[in-house]
Amino acid sequence: MTQDIRCIETDLAVIGSGLAGVAASIFAHNRHIKTAQTGNTGALAYTTGYLDLLGNLRDNEDPLVSNPWEAIRKLQEQDSEHPYSRIMEQDIRSAFKEFISFISVCGIDYSMPEEMNLDALTPAGTLKKTMSMPATMRAGVEAFTRKAPCVIIDFKGLKGFSGKQIVANLKTRWPQLRCERITFPDLDQGEVYPEVLARALEVPAHRSQLAAMVKAVAGDAKFIGMPAILGIHRPDLVMRSLQELIGIPLFEIPTMPPSVPGIRLRELVEQAFPEKGITVIPQQKVLSIDWSDKRAQLHLNDSYGLLTIDSRAVILATGRFISGGLEACMDNIMEPLIGIPVTQPKSREQWYRQRYLDKQGHDIHRAGIEVDASYRPLGPDGKPMYENLFAAGIIIAHQDWIRERCGAGIAISTAFKAVESAAQFLSQQ
Amino acid sequence: MKLLETEVLIIGGGVTGAGIMRDLALRGIHCLLIDKHDLCAGASGGNHGLLHSGARYVSNDQQAAVECRQESDILKRLAPQCIENTGALFVAVEGDEEEFVDRFPALCEQAAISCTSITPSEARKIEPHLTDKLLGTYILPDATIDPFRLALGHVAHARMLNNSSYHSHTELLSFRISNGVITSAICRHQRSEEMVEIRPLQVVNAGGAWAMDIAKLAGCDDVNLLYSKGTLLVSHDRITDRVIHRLRPPGDGDILVPGGTVSILGTTSVRVDNLDHLHPTVEEVNRNIREGAAMLPSLAHARYIRAFSRVRPLLQPGSESDDRSVTRGYALNNHASSLTNFCTITGGKLTTFRLMAEKTADLVANRLGNTTPCSTREQPLADDRGSRWTEPGAAPRYWFKENKADDLILCECEMVPQSAIDEILGADPDSGKEMTLEAIALRSRAGKGPCQGSFCSIRIASYLYDRGHYNDKTGLRHMCEFLNERFKGQRSVIWGTQMAQMELAEALHCGLLGLDHEYDKQKAPL
Repeated sequence: MTQDIRCIETDLAVIGSGLAGVAASIFAHNRHIKTAQTGNTGALAYTTGYLDLLGNLRDNEDPLVSNPWEAIRKLQEQDSEHPYSRIMEQDIRSAFKEFISFISVCGIDYSMPEEMNLDALTPAGTLKKTMSMPATMRAGVEAFTRKAPCVIIDFKGLKGFSGKQIVANLKTRWPQLRCERITFPDLDQGEVYPEVLARALEVPAHRSQLAAMVKAVAGDAKFIGMPAILGIHRPDLVMRSLQELIGIPLFEIPTMPPSVPGIRLRELVEQAFPEKGITVIPQQKVLSIDWSDKRAQLHLNDSYGLLTIDSRAVILATGRFISGGLEACMDNIMEPLIGIPVTQPKSREQWYRQRYLDKQGHDIHRAGIEVDASYRPLGPDGKPMYENLFAAGIIIAHQDWIRERCGAGIAISTAFKAVESAAQFLSQQ
Repeated sequence: MKLLETEVLIIGGGVTGAGIMRDLALRGIHCLLIDKHDLCAGASGGNHGLLHSGARYVSNDQQAAVECRQESDILKRLAPQCIENTGALFVAVEGDEEEFVDRFPALCEQAAISCTSITPSEARKIEPHLTDKLLGTYILPDATIDPFRLALGHVAHARMLNNSSYHSHTELLSFRISNGVITSAICRHQRSEEMVEIRPLQVVNAGGAWAMDIAKLAGCDDVNLLYSKGTLLVSHDRITDRVIHRLRPPGDGDILVPGGTVSILGTTSVRVDNLDHLHPTVEEVNRNIREGAAMLPSLAHARYIRAFSRVRPLLQPGSESDDRSVTRGYALNNHASSLTNFCTITGGKLTTFRLMAEKTADLVANRLGNTTPCSTREQPLADDRGSRWTEPGAAPRYWFKENKADDLILCECEMVPQSAIDEILGADPDSGKEMTLEAIALRSRAGKGPCQGSFCSIRIASYLYDRGHYNDKTGLRHMCEFLNERFKGQRSVIWGTQMAQMELAEALHCGLLGLDHEYDKQKAPL
C-alpha cells in the first residue's frame, strides 16, 4: 500500500511557533515572501504578554535596567559575542515596531517601544522591567508611577493570584493600594481558571454582572487591577467595555503560566496568519529534513498523515529546552533536528551554579548554536551548514534570555535579521 | 531572654531524638526537643527509608542483623501507618561472588531472618526491570518506612501525652555548668534571633552527625565520630514494587527502595571532614546510576527528579579504607566521669532507632528516679492528622473523600490541597507561627513531585498571604529560601525532561517574578 504524501511548496519555511517563529513569519510576510510556518508552540503559551528587550545587565552595580538602549550599548562594549552585539540598534527598533504594529492590527494592541523600560506588575507583588506590554496592562504602569488609589481585584477559586500578596509586597511603596476578593458571576464553587474567565467575559452579560460587583467595592479607587482575564480574541474591546461599565481605568496583571496573554498570541497566530496568506501547520513537530539541490524538504506527520514542506529556504526558530529546540543528554547538549553543533560548558557539573538564585545566572543558558553574519548556523568546520538555512531566537548562543530579561528582544530582532538574510538569498536565486 | 523549664532537654530532632521524647513522655517525664533546623534534617531524613530485615548485615555484623529483625517486627506492629510492607529481593548478577551468594541463606538463618530462594526467572516475573544476568535471588522481609511521618508522629504523641514540646530552628550555643551539672542551655532561635534559656534536669545529646560538636560544648571530648557522605537519587517513577538489594558485600548504588510513588537509588560513600555545604555531585549521581543499572538496566534511562546527600555518623575506631565496615552499631555515653546529667547517643541506624531511644530513656529515667518501665515495645504510635500528609498518594485520597469543591489543590504534582496546609499549621500551635514553605514541605508531599515545588511554592505562598500568615515580604523570602534549598537536590540530575522543567521554572521565578533580585536585596543588610 502506498500512502499519499501531501506536499506544500513554499519559498520560506519557518520551524518553530514561539515568538521568534511568529516574528519571522510576520517579517517574511511583510516582505512578500511566500511563507509556511510549523513547529511546536513551545514557550509562547507560557508568555505573560510582556515583551522584554533587556531588563537586567549582569556585572552592573545596579543590574536593573531602566534605559535598555543605553544598556544594550554597554553590553555591546562588554560582550562582543552577545547576539545584541551583532545587531544595529536601529534594526532592533525597526524590528520591534514592525512586530508590534502587525500584532496590534491583528487584534492585540501593544504599547509602542519607548526610550525607557516600563515597571510592570507581577502576581507576586514584585516589579519587572519590560519594553512593551498589551494595552490591557498599560494602565498598571501609570497607577504605580502615580501611586494612585487602586484596588486589586482577585477571585475566589483562582489559585496563585492573591491580591493580599500583591498589596503586602508593594504597600511600603504604594500606600493607597488595597485589594478585594470577589466571586466571579455564576462560578461560585471550586477552582476557576483564567482562560475560562477570559472567555466568559467575551459575553456582554457577564461583563455587566462583573462590573456591578467591582463597582460595589471600588470605593475611591482611581484604578482597578485584576488578573489577566479580559477576553481572548478581542481583549481591547472587552477592556474598553468593562472599563466604561465600571467607570474607572482598568488594567490586567499576568497570572501564572499558562496564562491568557499567551493563549491570545497563540490563537492570533492560528487565526490571523492564514487570513493574511501565511500557511500555518500548527503544533506539529518537524521529524526530519532532506537537503537537496538548493531546496529543503521538511517531513512532518500531522493528523492527516505524512506531509512534506518543500521550501527554498528555512528559518530555524525552535527555541531551547522547553520547546525541544535543544536537548540535554546526560553528558552534553545537542540540537536534535539538524545536528547543529552546540557551544556549551565542558561538563554537566558546570551547567548550573550551586545556588539557584545566584545573580550571576547559570552557564547552561548561554549554550546554543553559532551563526555567521547572515544568521546561518555554523557546522563543525565553522562554516555555514547550508546556504539556505538561517536561525533566529534564543537557540542562538551567548545570551541568557531568562536572567537578562531579553527573550522577546532576541527573538524579534534576530528574526528580523534572519529574514533579511533569507530575503536576500531568495532574491539572488 | 526567654526562659523555658523542663525535665529533659533533648538536642536533635532526628528519629532518635523524637523516639526518646515519646519514650520519656510515656513514662510521664516532660521533655523539650530542639533542633537547629527541623525534624529529620540530618541522616534521619536523608536515607533510603528502608526498614531493614537485617539480611543486609548478616555477613559482617550478626548482632546488628538480629537487632534489625527484632526492631522491624516491632515497628511493623506498632507504627503501621509509617510502613509499607514491600518485601525485598536480594539479587546477585553475573560477576558477583558466587560463594557469597551460596553462603547467604545460612547466614540469614543464623540471625533467624526468613530467606526464600527463588529462580532468576521467577524473580524477573515479579520484578520485570531486573537484569537477565541474574546469578541468585532471595526473598526477604525488608519493608519501607517514612522517617518524616515517624518523627512527626512521635513528637505529636509526646505532646498529646504530657504536653512535651518541640522547638524547631533552635540552635544550642552553650551550656551553663556548675559542679558537674548542666544547669541551663543557652539557645538562639534562628529565625526570630530571640535568645532562649532552657533549664532542664537532664540533657540528652541526640545530635547525630553533630553529636561530637554538642558534646564538646559540654566539655566532653569522649565522643568520636567519622563522617561518611552518602548520595542518593529519587526517580520520577516507582520502578520496582519491592526493595532490591545487590547481593554482595555493600558497595555503591546497590539498593533501590520504593518510596510510595518513586524509587530511591543509593548510595555512595565518601569520607568527609566537614558537615556543612554538602551537595550531591554529578560524579556521585552518575556512579549510582552506573552501578544500579547492573541490577536494573532501566535505571540507566530512568528520569530522576532529585538527588540528596547526608552524612552518616559512624563510631570510631574502624578501618580507614571503607566506611561501610566501620560499625553501624550505636553507643550510649553517660559521660559519668565529668557530668551527672548529660548523655550522648550516637551511631545506629533508622531501623533500630526505637531500641536506641529505649536504652537512652532507661538511663535518663533512672537518673531522675523514675521507675516506670519502657512501654514502646507495646504502645502503638498514635496517629494524628498533622502528620498524615507525608504519605505518598494519601493526599488525593483524603481530598477526594472530603469532597469539598472549595478545597483547592495547591501542589498539583502530589495533589496537596489547602486543607493540608491548614491542618499542618494547626497541628502545632507554637511552630505554626514560624511555619515556612520548607517546613510545610517537610510535613507534606508539597514540592516532592516532578516540578519539585516550582509551581506549588508560588500557590502555597499566595494561599499563606490570603490566610494572613504573611503580611510583608517574608513570603517572598521564604519562597527564595525554599527554591534554593530544593535546587540543591535538583542540580545534579538536570537533563532530559528535567531540563525543560528547570528552564520553565527559572523563567517563571526569575524572568517573571524577579526572585533573583528579591534574593539579592534580602541578602544585603537593611
